[in-house]
Amino acid sequence: MPGKLKVKIVAGRHLPVMDRASDLTDAFVEVKFGNTTFKTDVYLKSLNPQWNSEWFKFEVDDEDLQDEPLQITVLDHDTYSANDAIGKVYIDIDPLLYSEAATVISGWFPIYDTIHGIRGEINVVVKVDLFNDLNRFRQSSCGVKFFCTTSIPKCYRAVIIHGFVEELVVNEDPEYQWIDRIRTPRASNEARQRLISLMSGELQRKIGLKVLEMRGNAVVGYLQCFDLEGESGLVVRAIGTACTLDKLSSPAAFLPACNSPSKEMKEIPFNEDPNPNTHSSGPSTPLKNQTYSFSPSKSYSRQSSSSDTDLSLTPKTGMGSGSAGKEGGPFKALLRQQTQSALEQRGGSPHRFCRRREFPFFTLTAFPPGFLVHVGGVVSARSVKLLDRIHNPAFVGIMGNTRSYKLLDWNSFNSDEPETRDAWWAEIRQEIKSHAKALGCHAVVGYSESTSICEEVCILSASGTAAVLNPRFLQDGTVEGCLEQRLEENLPTRCGFCHIPYDELNMPFPAHLTYCYNCRKQKVPDVLFTTIDLPTDATVIGKGCLIQARLCRLKKKAQAEANATAISNLLPFMEYEVHTQLMNKLKLKGMNALFGLRIQITVGENMLMGLASATGVYLAALPTPGGIQIAGKTPNDGSYEQHISHMQKKINDTIAKNKELYEINPPEISEEIIGSPIPEPRQRSRLLRSQSESSDEVTELDLSHGKKDAFVLEIDDTDAMEDVHSLLTDVPPPSGFYSCNTEIMPGINNWTSEIQMFTSVRVIRLSSLNLTNQALNKNFNDLCENLLKSLYFKLRSMIPCCLCHVNFTVSLPEDELIQVTVTAVAITFDKNQALQTTKTHVEKSLQRASTDNEELLQFPLELCSDSLPSHPLPPAKAVTVEKASPVGDGNFRNRSAPPCANSTVGVVKMTPLSFIPGAKITKYLGIINMFFIRETTSLREEGGVSGFLHAFIAEVFAMVRAHVAALGGNAVVSYIMKQCVFMENPNKNQAQCLINVSGDAVVFVRESDLEVVSTQQPTANCQSSCTEGEVTT
Amino acid sequence: MTSELDIFVGNTTLIDEDMYRLWLDGYLVTNAVALRVRSGILEQMGSTAAVLQSDTMDRYRTFHMLERLLHAPPKLLHQLIFQILPSRQALLIERYYAFDEAFVREVLGKKLSKGTKKDLDDISTITGITLKSCRRQFDNFKRVFKVVEEMRGSLVDNIQQHFLLSDQLARDYAAIVFFANNRFETGKKKLQYLSFGDFAFSAELMIQNWTLGAVDSQMDDMHMDLDKEFLQDLKELKLLVADKDLLDLHKSLVCTALWGKLGVFSEMKANFKNLSRGLVNVATKLTHNKDVRDLFRRAVLPKSVFSVCPLPRWLPTPGPLGPLHGHPPWLPPAPLS
Repeated sequence: MPGKLKVKIVAGRHLPVMDRASDLTDAFVEVKFGNTTFKTDVYLKSLNPQWNSEWFKFEVDDEDLQDEPLQITVLDHDTYSANDAIGKVYIDIDPLLYSEAATVISGWFPIYDTIHGIRGEINVVVKVDLFNDLNRFRQSSCGVKFFCTTSIPKCYRAVIIHGFVEELVVNEDPEYQWIDRIRTPRASNEARQRLISLMSGELQRKIGLKVLEMRGNAVVGYLQCFDLEGESGLVVRAIGTACTLDKLSSPAAFLPACNSPSKEMKEIPFNEDPNPNTHSSGPSTPLKNQTYSFSPSKSYSRQSSSSDTDLSLTPKTGMGSGSAGKEGGPFKALLRQQTQSALEQRGGSPHRFCRRREFPFFTLTAFPPGFLVHVGGVVSARSVKLLDRIHNPAFVGIMGNTRSYKLLDWNSFNSDEPETRDAWWAEIRQEIKSHAKALGCHAVVGYSESTSICEEVCILSASGTAAVLNPRFLQDGTVEGCLEQRLEENLPTRCGFCHIPYDELNMPFPAHLTYCYNCRKQKVPDVLFTTIDLPTDATVIGKGCLIQARLCRLKKKAQAEANATAISNLLPFMEYEVHTQLMNKLKLKGMNALFGLRIQITVGENMLMGLASATGVYLAALPTPGGIQIAGKTPNDGSYEQHISHMQKKINDTIAKNKELYEINPPEISEEIIGSPIPEPRQRSRLLRSQSESSDEVTELDLSHGKKDAFVLEIDDTDAMEDVHSLLTDVPPPSGFYSCNTEIMPGINNWTSEIQMFTSVRVIRLSSLNLTNQALNKNFNDLCENLLKSLYFKLRSMIPCCLCHVNFTVSLPEDELIQVTVTAVAITFDKNQALQTTKTHVEKSLQRASTDNEELLQFPLELCSDSLPSHPLPPAKAVTVEKASPVGDGNFRNRSAPPCANSTVGVVKMTPLSFIPGAKITKYLGIINMFFIRETTSLREEGGVSGFLHAFIAEVFAMVRAHVAALGGNAVVSYIMKQCVFMENPNKNQAQCLINVSGDAVVFVRESDLEVVSTQQPTANCQSSCTEGEVTT
Repeated sequence: MTSELDIFVGNTTLIDEDMYRLWLDGYLVTNAVALRVRSGILEQMGSTAAVLQSDTMDRYRTFHMLERLLHAPPKLLHQLIFQILPSRQALLIERYYAFDEAFVREVLGKKLSKGTKKDLDDISTITGITLKSCRRQFDNFKRVFKVVEEMRGSLVDNIQQHFLLSDQLARDYAAIVFFANNRFETGKKKLQYLSFGDFAFSAELMIQNWTLGAVDSQMDDMHMDLDKEFLQDLKELKLLVADKDLLDLHKSLVCTALWGKLGVFSEMKANFKNLSRGLVNVATKLTHNKDVRDLFRRAVLPKSVFSVCPLPRWLPTPGPLGPLHGHPPWLPPAPLS
C-alpha cells in the first residue's frame, strides 16, 4: 500500500442555478479515485456552498496513483428524481509524485461539463503521502520527472542524455462502442475523457519504467499524441528523451552532489536507492517484452495489411556505405565509432540492461553547448497505412460491460493491435535511422512523429535532423580520453555544427560544398535544413523570418486500398514541391539555413495538404545564397522574353528588399556577389526534376545545385507561372513585426517581459465548383496569409514585437472544409535597446554560453581529482538520495512552503517557449496534460461555430491556468495544443470539439525580483531561495 | 471561399478601448467596420477590410461573452475563463456602466419597468443613441436598482460593493436609483434646462438628509425612501412665513450661513421673503406621493424664485432646497460648498 491520497473539498462558488423554483442549488460532491468514492454532505440552497469536508483518504498503489486521475463530480441533490450532475473536475495527481515538484494541489478549479462548459468553480485540496516501495517487480515509476520542454529544463543540468523512449497504448474508442447508441452524449464524452486520462497516465508510467531501466530520472521533450482512429480504436503514443538530470541551484547547496566524479555520481544515487529495480537485468517485465519484441526487419512490415503501401522502404544505395568505417578523416571516424558505440552497444556488458539501444533519437531541439557536433540535414519518413478494425469480440464485450474502463492488458488478449502500431512506428524509425546513417550521422535530433487520419487511411510521419553528437553526454564518461582534447579544440569555432558530417568523397547526394566561411577549415554545404532550434552559439547575420511552403493536391475519392495507393503515389510529389517551395522562398529571403522545419501532410477525403513551416536565417558560416533565375521555354518569343525579364527583375528586387528588411549584410569579402544571379540557364534548366527523389528524404532533394549560382526556375507551363507568382505574393509582416517558428528570433535578444500567447482557428469552406489544384493552392495560401495578417493586426498594440514559435496545424475535417489552427506567442522587444546593444548582447550571451559550457563540461572533470571523502559525506548522500530516489519522501517535500494563494485570481502566463523573457524559472512543478471534449446541441444559441469554439478554447485556457495555479505555479512553459478536432453539423444545430493540450507548470521569478532576493540572502541554499522566490511572486 | 469559423483567443484577453466603445455604443459589426475604415487604421497597418471585419467580429464576440459577467462585476473579478489585467477589468466595468447624459435625462425618475423599456425606441430616436445602447443603459439602471433595492446601509456603498464602480459613477447610480424609486418628475418642460448633474446633486443631499436611513442610523436600511414623518413635519414650516420674527431670524441665519458662498447673495438677501415663501409652500405640501413626485417642478416653479435667482447658477450650490434642509435643527446643516 504505497500511497495515501488525501482530498478535501472546501467550497464552491458561482454554481449554476439547478432548481428553477428557488433559483438555488443543493450541491454536494463525489470524490472518486479508482473504484472508491466518497461524498460530501449536501449543502442546501446556495450557489456558493461551503462544504469544508473532512479529509477523504484513498489508500492506493502507486501504480494507480500514476494511472488514475482524481475525479471530482459536483451534483445537485434531488429528493425525488436522480441527482443532476453539474460538472466534473479531473485532477492529474502525477505532479505530487515527484520529489521536487509540487507538494500540494490546492485551489479553485473550474467545474467542467462537456455539454455546458464551465459551470462555477470548486476549491479542492489534494495531498499525497508516498511510502517507499521495496518491491523489485513494481510497475510504477513514480519519481521520474516529465518535461514537455524540448531542451534541458532551465534549473537542471544534464548529467547524461540517455536517448529515445517511446511507448503506445491502444484501446477502443468509447464513442464507437455499441453502448454509445443508448447513452447520453455527456456519458459518452465523459467516458472518453476518462479513458484518455487513464491511458495517458498508464503511458507515462510505462515510459517512466523504461527511463528507470535506463537509469535515467527524467524524460525531456515528452510528446504525447492521440490518434483517433475511429472504429479501429484509440491510440495514445508518446516519445521522449530519457535523461539523468541534476537540479542546478545555488552551487553552495549542491556542490557535494556535483562534486562526485561523473562515474560515481550515477552509481551513488542508485546504490543508495532502496529500489533494486535498476539493478535487475534483462527485460524485467512482460510489458517491455511486448514493446520490444519485434525485430526491425523489412519483412515485418508486410504484416499490417495486404495493401501495405509503404513508401518508405525505397532501397538506398549507399546506405550501407554511410556507416562509419570507410570514411576519410580519422577523427570523424573515431568520433563516430565512439558515439555509435555509446548509443548502440551501450547495453553490451551483462551487468547492464540488455536491450540494445535501437534508435539513437532525441526529441530535444536545443542542447547543452558542445552536445551537437555536426548537423547533417533533415531526415524524414512517411508511410501510408490502412487501419483495420479490431476483430476481437472479447474485447468489445468487456469494454461494454465494465463502466470502470480498466485498461486492457494486451498480453492477456491475443490481439496484435499494439504490436501492429508499434511495428508501424518501428519501421519508420528504422527508416529514419538509416537515412541518418546515409548522411554519415549516428543520431537524429529534433525528432518528432505525427499522424494524419482520414477514414481508414493513416499517414504516419516522422522527421528529425541527422546529427553527430558529442558522446560525453551519452555515456558514463568511458570515452573521455584523447577524444576529449580534440573536441575541445573543435568546439570553440562555433561553426562546427554546420560542418558536414558525411564524407565529401562519398556524399549521399549531390551537394555543393565550400570551406566554412567562419573557420575556413572545414567543409560546409551551401544550404542547411534542420528541425532543431538555432544553437545558441551559432553566428547569425541579420534577423530570421518565418518561411512557409503551402501546397494542396486533389485526390480522387476512393476506398481503402485504392485510396491508400493514390495517397502514396501523391506523397513524393508533394514532398518534392514543398521542398522546392521552401528552397525558393529561402533564397528569395536571401537566407541560407532553415531551423525548426516542420512539414505536415494532411490527408482528407478528396485532397492532400502540405504545410511546411520553418525559420529562415543567414548563417555566417554558410556561403551567400545565389539568387533565383527564371528561364523561359521559348526564348525566341519577344513579348514572352520581356515578361520573363520583368519577372526576373521583380524577383531580384524582392531579394534585395528582403535583405534590407532582415538586415542581412554579411561582411562580404569573397568573390561572391550578393544577390546578383549569374545567368547560366542552360546548365540547369531542368531543376532537379530528373532526380528520382524518394519522397521521404528531404535532404536528398536539397543541396543539388552548383556553385555560386542561381537557382533556376523554368517557366514551361502555367503551373510554373503560378509557382513563381505565389512566391511573390507572400507579403512581409508589417514593420515592427517579426515572426519565426523557433523558440527565439535569431537576431533579437532584448525581449521585454510582455508576452501574449494565443490560439487562432480558421475554417474555410471551399466552393466545390472550381476545385482545381491551382484554385486550391490559392485558397490555402490566402487562408494562411490572411490568418497571419489578422494576427499582425490584432497584436499591433505590442509593436515592436515578434511572433515566436508560430505553430500551424492543418486539418481537413470535411470534404470542402480546411481548418488551420495557429498557436504562437507574441513577445514585445525593446527596439531602441536592440539597436544599441545588439552587439554586446550577443557577446554577452556568447560569453554566458561559453561559461555555461565550461561549467557543464568541465565541472565534473575538474573535480574528478577531488577526492570524494574531502567533502562531508552525509549531506551529500542526503541530497542525492532525495534527488534521485524515484519514490519521494513525504517529509522532504513539506519543506518548501505552499505557494501563496492570493485571494484574487493570480495571473498565470502561458507560452509555447521553454522560457519566460525577463524571468527565471525556479521550479518545475510537473507536466500538464489535459484532454477535453465539448459538445453542444444548441450551436446557434451559443453564437454559432465561432462562438462555440471561442468559448471552448477560452475554457481550456482557464482550466490549464487553474491547474497550474493550484500546483502553486505562475506559468506554463512549452505549452502546446496538440489536437483541436472540430466537427459540426449545422443542420442539427450540433457541434463537437476535442482539444488536447500539454505543457510544463513552473514557478518563475522576475529577474528584477530575483536580484533583490539574492542580495538579501546571498548564501541562501536552494530550498530557501526557492521558497523566497515563490513568496515574492 | 468563405470563412466558416474565425476566432482568436489569447491567454490574456485583449481589450481594445476603441472597439469597446463602438460596441457599447451599439454599432453593428458592419457599421463599426465602416467607421474603423474611415479612421484610417488600414493604412497604418497595411491591412485589408477583410482583416478588419474579422477582427471586429472577433472582438464583438469577446465582448458579448464578457457581457454576461459584466452583469455582476464581482464575477468578472473572480471568474477564471478570461484572464484580464485588473486595470482592464476596471475599465470594462466602468465603461459598461457609463451612461449618456441625454439618455439618463429621458428616463430619470421614471419607473424602471417594462413599460418604460418599450419607450426606448422613442428615446433612441430623440437622443440619437442607438437602441442597443439605450437598452444596455436601461438594463444597467434596472439591474442596479434591483440589487440595491432591498439592501440595508448606504446606497452608494452598496452600489460600489456590488458593481465595483468608481466613486463618482456609484454616486450617479445612487441618484438614478433614488429618483427611480421616488419617481420624481424630471421630464417636464420647465425642468428641461436642468442637467443630470443638477438632479444628482439634489438626490445626494436628499439621500443624506431626507431618507429614513439618514434620520436614524439604527434603521440603517431604506436609504431610498423618503422619511414620511419628516415630510409631515415640514408642515410646521408655515411658521417661517407667518411669523415675522421667525422670518427675520431665518433670514439672518441663512444669510450668515451663505455669506460669501453665494454669487447671488445680494439678490437672495433682497428677495429672501419671496424665496422663503415659495419654498415653504413647496415644503408644506409634500405629504402626498403625487406632490412628492412633483417636487422638482414645484420647487422651481415659483415665479419669484425663478426670476430672481437664475437657477442654473444656484444649483451647483445647494439650490432651491438649500434653506429647506438647513432649517430643521435635528438635521445636520447642508454642506454648502
